Amino acid sequence: MTTASADPILRTSHLLGIEGLSAEEIAGLLDLAEHYVALNRAADKKAAVLKGRTLINLFFEPSTRTQSSFELAGKRLGADVLNMSVKTSSVTKGETLIDTATTLNAMRPDILVVRHQDSGAAELLSRKLDCCVVNAGDGSHEHPTQALLDALTIRRRRGSFEGLVVAICGDVLHSRVARSNIQLLAKLGARVRLVAPRTLLPGDAERFGVEVFHDMKKGLAGADIVMMLRLQIERMAGAFIPSTREYFHFYGLDREKLAYARPGALVMHPGPMNRGVEIDSDVADDVEVSVIHEQVEMGVAIRMAVLDALARGLAREGRNAP
Amino acid sequence: MKARITFVNARLIDPATELDANGGLVVEDGKIADLGPRLGSGMDRDDPEVIDCKGMVLAPGLIDMRVFTGEPGSEHRETLASASEAAAAGGVTTMVVMPNTDPVIDEPSLVDFIKRRADATAKVRVLPMAALTRGLSGETMTEIGLLKESGAVAFTDGDRAVPNARVMRRALAYASTFNALVVGHAEDPELSAGAAMNEGEFAMRLGIPAAPAMAETIAVERDLRLVEMTGARYHFGQISARASLEAIVEAKRRGLPVTCGVSAHHLILNELDVGSYLTFRKVKPPLRSEADRAAMVEGVASGQIDVIVSSHDPQAADTKRLPFAQSAFGAAGLETLLPAALSLYHEGRAGLPRVLDTMTWTPARLLDIPGGRLAKGAPADLVLFDPDEPFVVDPAKLHSRARNTPFEGRKFQGRAHMTFVGGACVWARRRGR
Repeated sequence: MTTASADPILRTSHLLGIEGLSAEEIAGLLDLAEHYVALNRAADKKAAVLKGRTLINLFFEPSTRTQSSFELAGKRLGADVLNMSVKTSSVTKGETLIDTATTLNAMRPDILVVRHQDSGAAELLSRKLDCCVVNAGDGSHEHPTQALLDALTIRRRRGSFEGLVVAICGDVLHSRVARSNIQLLAKLGARVRLVAPRTLLPGDAERFGVEVFHDMKKGLAGADIVMMLRLQIERMAGAFIPSTREYFHFYGLDREKLAYARPGALVMHPGPMNRGVEIDSDVADDVEVSVIHEQVEMGVAIRMAVLDALARGLAREGRNAP
Repeated sequence: MKARITFVNARLIDPATELDANGGLVVEDGKIADLGPRLGSGMDRDDPEVIDCKGMVLAPGLIDMRVFTGEPGSEHRETLASASEAAAAGGVTTMVVMPNTDPVIDEPSLVDFIKRRADATAKVRVLPMAALTRGLSGETMTEIGLLKESGAVAFTDGDRAVPNARVMRRALAYASTFNALVVGHAEDPELSAGAAMNEGEFAMRLGIPAAPAMAETIAVERDLRLVEMTGARYHFGQISARASLEAIVEAKRRGLPVTCGVSAHHLILNELDVGSYLTFRKVKPPLRSEADRAAMVEGVASGQIDVIVSSHDPQAADTKRLPFAQSAFGAAGLETLLPAALSLYHEGRAGLPRVLDTMTWTPARLLDIPGGRLAKGAPADLVLFDPDEPFVVDPAKLHSRARNTPFEGRKFQGRAHMTFVGGACVWARRRGR
């Protein structure tokens, strides 16, 4: 199988965002991930491409699915995986990000997966560390593996992206998932729409090359994919939206609004969901339309593909070679 | 309600179409069925369904975009019912009521309350504006989408400013999502803290704490920039200073979706009318200099000021019979809105259609409501008045529960003779009233 060979897929030694990736690199990662989808469904889920490698998960923000997904991906590929979260790190003792990073660097990891509340944190670390850096979400900037897993989910269901209408709905302003997805979907030829109240859209949203809608029914009309974003309720109420009940009334995905999308449209959500805020349970739990659980499965596969691709780069450069 | 009424021998004025001609008008089932120059000319003038207008002006009923009442919470000052009595007697067929009540109208259920109370008790149409921020606190925006769906025609904190520019920016951006109209009160709260009148020589001589007109203009300029950022539809509820108007005119020239109003008392009175501490002339914004007043008149005449409002704010003895600095702001104005506005016509500053446009067609367009015009199919909300009829304002004869008119003893010309809402007569002036 070609995807299992050691052909290089990524030109860079880090995965910091979708922005720097070409359509070919994205397609290569998706192809490789297909291989791992199959592996993950087999009884023996182990591969050896990261044998002897060390993977550190450095999470400054709490995360359940992304962190466990990377952990599982690393372990299935044979790496030693170390999980560090804010609560157990020296950051709470006042250490700077760079100090933490250089300390970790001295432990000679091969791949560092980092999630941080500040945009640009992964980029900063990539300049200071010798290992590969994977951005698992930085502030409101990018979350590339989420966009890749979303793309994998869509491609497996729809075959291709050309001409596909994807409506991304909700808090675009603060969403790294949206920023990564907008760029990725555009690179693959999909037509992206953003649906949100003005307070949850960047002022120059159109500059992304997307169509902007404030009326969700119009925004969903004819959409093939409805991609919901999580509303961060704690920093929302009263500031960006008046209340969660008003938000649900105008921007929560329920049967009525979904009926405006193309029949058979897929519903996606990066999780964790706020039921009754951005999505109605009735829609979220309907396996006929919702691919939310499939997204989680694709998440492990895509992260295995990303780790594999980065490891190929390590081998090529002979850095930390086993 | 009569099924059919025919007005004959009227001077029809419709600002929307710039119609000003003699003719007749037919009302059927609460709507205007027909109008025209020769309509009804051959009709029997003794027929009870025919009203001989005797050459008086028949115009769309007035839409007053700025009415404070005391309902709910301060019914001793004014109820929707008592305000509607004053409105009907003043030719006002639609009162747009402010959310500055207790409780504040910041919930869809309270918008519904106002509508239901008005339906049950008021003689004229009542349209609620809802609060822009919860509790008028200036801190968090209200549920603009749900409130609009429940019937709020615009969003305002009434006579309260939103001091925080970030809150205002977001409220405007959010309102623009729903194409909702925001009605702002332009006043820098710090520059005007503690002030009771306009800053100037007269306030100095009276020894009254005062705020500069710039306290208004600075707030106007801030909000114009926020409109530029957000694209929200914005109406300055009332302005009072020449510099504020200049800023708004410049913003309009740049194509911003902004409009402004002025109260009738700011067209008639200036700061000197505070006289010997007359608390009935303590209003918000304060009466300004003569130059400012003249600029307001000129603004209405030229069309730069879009709307004239009564800014009716009923106050009772408990809030007005106090030392000037301690007394409440506000003047009763519903019943004197038309006569006060007509003074621009009598002074030769503007024609009748122009004066009436500011209280009929323009408010209807801003609020996106039917009415405000003489057209087939429009609601038969009408006012019949003789623009030349002289009278003296007598507070004892006003219909508002509140008597705090700033125009006591003033001679005006022109007041409502009959008022119709949905084709039903809600006011007919008897001789000597």
